[in-house]
Amino acid sequence: MTALRHGKYPFILAFLLPPVGIYALYMLSPYVQAIYISLTRWSGLSATQTFIGFDNYVEMWNDDQLRTALRNNLILLVVVPVLTLFLGLFFASMLNVGGRRSGQAVTGVRGSSVYKVVYFFPQVLPHAITAIVFAYVFAPSNAGGILNNLLEAVGLGRLTQLWIGEPKYLVWIIVVVMTWGFVGFYVVLFSAAMQSIPRDIYEAALLDGSSRITTFRKVTLPLVWDTVQVGWVYMAIQAMDGFAFVHIMLGVNGGVQGAGDVLGVAIYRAAFAEYDFGYAAAIGVLLLLLTMTIVVLFMRVLRRERVELA
Amino acid sequence: MTTTQAETREPSSEAPRNHRVREPGVGIGGKAIGLLNGGFLLFWALITTLPLLWAILSSFKTNGEFRTNPTGLPSGIEWTNFARAWNAANIGQYFINSVIVVSMSLTLTMLFGAMGAYVLARYDFPGNRLVYFIFVGGLMLPVFLALVPMFFVVRNTGNIPLIGGLLGLNSYLSLALVYVAFSMPFTVFFLTAFFRTLPNSVAEAGIMDGCSHFSLFFRIMLPMAKPGIISLALFNFLGHWNQYVLPLVIMQDGDKRVLAQGLGTLAANTGFRADYTALFAGLVIALLPVLIVYLLFQRQVQAGLTAGVLK
Repeated sequence: MTALRHGKYPFILAFLLPPVGIYALYMLSPYVQAIYISLTRWSGLSATQTFIGFDNYVEMWNDDQLRTALRNNLILLVVVPVLTLFLGLFFASMLNVGGRRSGQAVTGVRGSSVYKVVYFFPQVLPHAITAIVFAYVFAPSNAGGILNNLLEAVGLGRLTQLWIGEPKYLVWIIVVVMTWGFVGFYVVLFSAAMQSIPRDIYEAALLDGSSRITTFRKVTLPLVWDTVQVGWVYMAIQAMDGFAFVHIMLGVNGGVQGAGDVLGVAIYRAAFAEYDFGYAAAIGVLLLLLTMTIVVLFMRVLRRERVELA
Repeated sequence: MTTTQAETREPSSEAPRNHRVREPGVGIGGKAIGLLNGGFLLFWALITTLPLLWAILSSFKTNGEFRTNPTGLPSGIEWTNFARAWNAANIGQYFINSVIVVSMSLTLTMLFGAMGAYVLARYDFPGNRLVYFIFVGGLMLPVFLALVPMFFVVRNTGNIPLIGGLLGLNSYLSLALVYVAFSMPFTVFFLTAFFRTLPNSVAEAGIMDGCSHFSLFFRIMLPMAKPGIISLALFNFLGHWNQYVLPLVIMQDGDKRVLAQGLGTLAANTGFRADYTALFAGLVIALLPVLIVYLLFQRQVQAGLTAGVLK
């Protein structure tokens, strides 16, 4: 690039200004302001924005509804990744190393590319559509409820429930919906990792007479473990969301008795339903701290694992 | 390789029953496991497709059919559902809104993202690393923290003299710019890595031919980065088209809603209006663009989305 020293800085400036400007105005500045807003009482409509220090944070401590939301977020954070990664590994290994034809140690299952196309599709679906469809999966029988109707059709009618009407089921419904949406993505991700494992390793395992389960535990899993770990971090960040699912399936109050609430919905509700913008921002800061903690924690654990492997 | 095994046996390896030495997992037990595998795979395929298929079938039914026979097949195709969804339920307006916003946001994201990434990847200047890390740091920030102040930032842009009329709340341009801002971290991150991999020799040849900085970018580097740009454009298209919470905050005016948001509102009101089939027709309308893009670019979409995790 030495030949083009002439006019270099005006060029750099011209190219950086639009992206940096938009990013700073609409994304960075809100994050900075959020911290200050969280220290004020502000209805948003009036100009009066009173500085109240940490009162909003004290209020959060005593807010039972917020505790529910936090508990649900933690459930999503733990259960959804475990379920998703387990199912993802299970189906990916079936697709890629599940087939065993004579003369070949491992082959993909027939039609595995079609399976991948089908499995991946929920990932590209708008969360809003997933949420609406699953609102009907769990609806009462007379309002379309697919699950209840299926249960009745196979003679398990006594298992039917008013799923969305029962507080104790709500967070688990969200777990199911999120897992449904995410599994296919991890099947494709792990498939790519499994494809890159050299075939002769499997042949050696087969000659040693190892069973499928042993092969999976001793060969496949260790070799895709890096990908699983990365997937885990990504999954954990995504599980902090869940906004569209809860907002559409359960409503802005988090469903019956608010039992299905999550932090994202709590923030939205505090701001745009209750016009308590200071409090909404404070919950946002809590969410940020939680996300940061998770990321740092995972990075720590991951780094330690890497050292052990090396 | 595979031949070492095949040759130690009889050439009749197509008929596994004749094997005297059984390989684990190829005998009858192996067949059973194979069937079980297939069963599991099929089971998940059904779990994935059935709810969507049910929604599509429901969009063809009449409301009477939907209520009396929710799990059966429709007796015919009730096209008026789609007409009601498009007109009465306002899905047509929402669809157009989505198209306007996403075409603006996608163009600007790719243009500005590529410009920023190119400069960060290929020019040395003081502060380069800092700008890069400020962009990439945004990957870790949760959207929800920004929600409240972003609302006020957007509202206040409406008061800017001259251009304020184009911005502010309920403005296509505002929403598009917000999408651009929130797409910048990943776009810059991904494209910077991509521009770094492009060979220097071509750029140098361009300089020899007397290209300016601008023409070097637009005529040589940008076309060379096409594969990266395409997979990222698909990624961003899906992200923007599917976005739910940002428009919920910015597009509060009923006529300005985008598709995902409008569907959410429609779903909330459907119980009262008892027009289920129009909701599912609207859902199918919203589903089609995503389905088409996915089927056309299925390999790039999978590669683009999974690359986001691996990099």
